[in-house]
Amino acid sequence: MCLFQSVMNYFPEEVLEHVFDFLTSHRDRNAVSLVCKSWYSVERFSREKVFIGNCYAVDPERLIARFPRVRSLTLKGKPHFADFNLVPHDWGGYVYPWIEAMAKNGINLEELRLKRMVVSDESLELLAKSFPNFKSLVLVSCDGFSTDGLAAIASNCRFLRELDLQENEVDDRKGQWLSCFPDTCTSLVSLNFACLKGEASVAALERLVARCRNLRSLRLNHAVPLDTLQKILVQAPQLNDLGTGTFVHDPDSDAYCKLKNAIKKCKSIRSLSGFLDVNTRCLPAVYPICTNLTSLNLSYAPGIYSSELIKLICHCKKLERLWILDTIGDKGLDVVASTCKELQELRVFPSDLYGVGNAAVTEEGLVAVSAGCPKLNSLLYFCQQMTNAALITVAKNCPNFIRFRLCTLDPTIPDAVTNQPLDEGFGAIVQSCKGLKRLSVSGLLTDQVFLYIGMYAEQLEMLSIAFAGDSDKGMLYVLNGCKKLKKLEIRDSPFGNVALLADVGKYETMRSLWMSSCEVTFGACKTLAEKMPRLNVEIINEGEQIEASPDDRHRVEKMYLYRTLVGPRRDAPDFVWTL
Amino acid sequence: MEGYSRKDPQLLDLIPKDSECFVAKRAEEEATRHHGVSEEKKLELSLGPPGGGDYWTITKTSNESLLSFPTYFSTNPCVKSPWQHQTFLHHLQSAAQLPLPAMKESPPQPCTNRAAAVELQSAEKKKAFSPAPANTAVHNTSSAQKRTAPAPVVGWPPIRSFRKNIATGSSSKLASESPNAAADKDSGPKPAENSPRTLFVKINMDGIPIGRKVDLKAYNSYEKLACAVDELFRGLVAAQSEVCAGGIKDDEGGKGKVIGGLLDGSGEYTLVYEDNEGDRMLVGDVPWHMFVSTVRRLRVLKSSELPRLSRGSKEGKLSLNA
Repeated sequence: MCLFQSVMNYFPEEVLEHVFDFLTSHRDRNAVSLVCKSWYSVERFSREKVFIGNCYAVDPERLIARFPRVRSLTLKGKPHFADFNLVPHDWGGYVYPWIEAMAKNGINLEELRLKRMVVSDESLELLAKSFPNFKSLVLVSCDGFSTDGLAAIASNCRFLRELDLQENEVDDRKGQWLSCFPDTCTSLVSLNFACLKGEASVAALERLVARCRNLRSLRLNHAVPLDTLQKILVQAPQLNDLGTGTFVHDPDSDAYCKLKNAIKKCKSIRSLSGFLDVNTRCLPAVYPICTNLTSLNLSYAPGIYSSELIKLICHCKKLERLWILDTIGDKGLDVVASTCKELQELRVFPSDLYGVGNAAVTEEGLVAVSAGCPKLNSLLYFCQQMTNAALITVAKNCPNFIRFRLCTLDPTIPDAVTNQPLDEGFGAIVQSCKGLKRLSVSGLLTDQVFLYIGMYAEQLEMLSIAFAGDSDKGMLYVLNGCKKLKKLEIRDSPFGNVALLADVGKYETMRSLWMSSCEVTFGACKTLAEKMPRLNVEIINEGEQIEASPDDRHRVEKMYLYRTLVGPRRDAPDFVWTL
Repeated sequence: MEGYSRKDPQLLDLIPKDSECFVAKRAEEEATRHHGVSEEKKLELSLGPPGGGDYWTITKTSNESLLSFPTYFSTNPCVKSPWQHQTFLHHLQSAAQLPLPAMKESPPQPCTNRAAAVELQSAEKKKAFSPAPANTAVHNTSSAQKRTAPAPVVGWPPIRSFRKNIATGSSSKLASESPNAAADKDSGPKPAENSPRTLFVKINMDGIPIGRKVDLKAYNSYEKLACAVDELFRGLVAAQSEVCAGGIKDDEGGKGKVIGGLLDGSGEYTLVYEDNEGDRMLVGDVPWHMFVSTVRRLRVLKSSELPRLSRGSKEGKLSLNA
């Protein structure tokens, strides 16, 4: 190693930099920067893409100081459980300070990717006006902005290539933001506004599509009717990824006929989604492109009967990713199993939230898919019921799972056949799937399942627990066993102070820990915060009187702790206390 | 990949027979319990002082053995968890054969008896169960399985609000599919929102200074609406004409004249409405449900005010300036 290093030192920095150019993954670059000071220095000046998994772990100044040449920034804000309304609305995660700091420091920002952050219209306006080379904006599960902010982006970003809005809460102000793209804008490659709820200016949209010859990905919102879709497809047969808006029309009409012909000409479409409102009699129009589809998302399309879904899926032999509602039923999953031999990712979402209806899938559907689709490695499965037997079978059939998220609609339901806890089933999964990185468990579970997880899930990075376990031991098994754990989120489980305080150093090796409705007390949180100055231990108190000093023995309703280099955040609202 | 064997790692037997949930040290004696297996797994779990070093250490000395199916240990989950949803009722299911389509070996024995035994122990879970006869093969998804709705829990099932709105709207969507929904060129089909149970719109009548409100969801046809309008305004019209004409009585003996012909232009008054685009339209051209989804307010106009129209035209837009 010494010889190697001295050899490397003879290379000028430009050479090192050139070598580092080939390193694209953050982990590789992080590793490289730890080798020695000179490598650290070369690496930091050459890094263009920065990923910050928790926006409060560092601050904008540090980012800019270390990576002055950053061009692409990815930021994540709120804890994952914010998606399910467990985090109050103004908890935090504001992007404005980041944009402001980068603007002030002359950063040549080209790409911004945000997840679960609060994005104001002011942020978007500042973004649009501060970075002349800005090319790509991706917002996932964000909120705080309106179509006015989008208008600012459209008007000012002259080289905009990508505007991708996924499942955001947008205040739709019926403005004409689509018309704000100037006639000179021809650079769009990807446009996704499916989550917008308001009217879209179809004329502006059609013109935009017509002049953006490089457009590859287009996802429309609900307000775009089928005949507009037809006109768009005629203009853009080169699309790879299409999200339809409304798919409702009279199938006997002229417009529908034209649509069928337009679709046939779109031979490049590999990914299909949308159908935000659908007349199933119109579905056959897409059959011709199904044969080449690798990704299909029908999970926003309520009201398609299982039989129709089956007919559609029969055409999709090359499917690698399928997102669907549980209306497909076990029978439909059988069809998936026999048709989609290339399937890697399956997500089955609930259509009936309380699990009492007929529509649902059970363990049978999952077993069928696991048997028929050997390449399956990523699963999100909302089901009416589950059994250990099924999970063990699935584990045997598919040892390649990287992500395995099972969600029983009744959170503490036992094995449907034996009435046992589902410990054995999940145990089999973690034992068999040696590359498992993400796991969500549900159903009736005791400490046993956590013993298995701690023992076998060596690569596990993220674990979600709800209504599970019996005692502190459960959590301890996990904290002790899962060496690569980064994110742990727990709700409504009987884990308390003993588990929390057993190994305080562990939390600095993790990105974050969320515990809500558990047995952790105020006093324990304080103790932890005192011992670990490089953690922010936040307590969220909602709806309670803000006591000056609550009793140490009081249970904490919601606790979120994360490692940080910059101490307690200054933008925390009243109801969040950083201890 | 190894097939599932009948070896049980002794970790499955860690829960001791006594009531305390405390894990003791285990040796490899358990291995011999299952078909003379030589594979060993040493498990050492010891309670250490808090805050110091490794709390629990788990060491593996050899290749892992896969969990076999079915499991033979008795679960005695130490239930200290009052929030294990006592509201959920679960019926004990029994099956003679557990469904295992992909397994090469058939399971040695069903877990029926074991399950029943476990059930008795966990009474505090407040599960209601009825032990079914052992030779019944109950299929899980059959309608025989009753399940009560679990009480709604905040944030469960864990889906984003975006999807929740879709899910709740789905059942209504399945019922009504209208192929002609896009017949109206300019306004796109309505978003799938949760339909409220009432839809009150204002209704004003020419010559009557005070307006009324009417719930359109209470009717399912134009005729019924016309009747309702008649009833709403009949008295008011009569009262108005009394005031104006100084007490001229009408035929109905004080109740007022029937307001008829609202829909076909034959009466003294005609019913029009203002739609979601702000245009004034004649009532009656479009299917009822489409009317309900686009109407914003109603107006009862004097028929003499209307220009003559042929009612066969699709685009029945009036440009009245009143």
